[in-house]
Amino acid sequence: MSLFDSMNIASTALSAQTTRINTIASNMANANTVASTAEDTFKPRAPIFQAVLEGESDQLGVRVKSIEEIGGEARQEFEPAHPLANEEGFIYKPDIDVTQEMANMMSASRSFQSAIEVINTSKQLALRTLTLGK
Amino acid sequence: MAGFDNALGISPQVLALRSQRMNLLSANIANAETPNYKARDIDFRAAMTQASSSQEGAQLRATQANHMTGFENQMGVESDIKFRQPSSLQANGNTVETHREHAEFMDNALKYQASLNLLDSRIKGLRAAIKGE
Repeated sequence: MSLFDSMNIASTALSAQTTRINTIASNMANANTVASTAEDTFKPRAPIFQAVLEGESDQLGVRVKSIEEIGGEARQEFEPAHPLANEEGFIYKPDIDVTQEMANMMSASRSFQSAIEVINTSKQLALRTLTLGK
Repeated sequence: MAGFDNALGISPQVLALRSQRMNLLSANIANAETPNYKARDIDFRAAMTQASSSQEGAQLRATQANHMTGFENQMGVESDIKFRQPSSLQANGNTVETHREHAEFMDNALKYQASLNLLDSRIKGLRAAIKGE
C-alpha cells in the first residue's frame, strides 16, 4: 500500500539522522580527550548518506553508507606537567570544532523533526482513508 | 452514470496520484542531506490528464499485433517523474530545498484530504440512493 511507503521512507530518515546525532555526540564528548601521540588521538567521525531503494516501487529512502573520519591533524600543545605528555613535553588534542558540531546537531535534529512530521501527516491521511464512507 | 465503475468520478485516480506524489516528496525530505541526490516530483497536470483520459476509456485500439497500446499503464506516473529545478546550488550536488519540499508536502496533503472529502460525500450519496432514504 503506497500510503505506508512514505512512512517507511521517513523512518529510514529517522535512523540515518539518529546515527548522525550519535556520531556528533561522540565527537563532542571526546573534544577534550588527550593523547601522547598524534596517532592515538581521537579522530572525529561523520556519517555519509546514500539514497537507497525502499519498497518495490522506485521510492528512495536514505541510509548511512559509511562513517568516515573527518577533521585534520591533531593539535599539538606544550604541557610538560600533563601526565600524558611525551618526552618532549607535548600532548595531542583532537581537531574538533565544537561550534561546528553544535550547528551540525541542530541541523540533524531539524531533519529528524521533518521526518516525524511526514510520518504524522501520513498517519492522519491513512486513518482518514481507512474510515472512508463511514 | 453508466455503472458503478464511474460512480466515484475521478477521485480514486486523484487519490492514487496524490499518494504517489506524497511518497516522492517524503523521499526528497528524507534525502535532504544526501550528497548528489536530485529532488524529484511528478508533473501533476500531465499525470492527471493521462489518468482522466484513461478513465474516459480513450484507449488506443490495437487491431494488429504490432500496434502499441497508448494508455495501458493507467497512472503513467513513472514516466511523469521529473527532476526539480533548484533555485540555488549546494556544494554537495544535492538539489533538495527543504522549505520548498515541506510546502509542497503540506499542499499535497491538503489536496489529498480535499479529494478524500469529495470521495466520502460521493460514497455517502450512493449509499443514500441505494437505501432509498
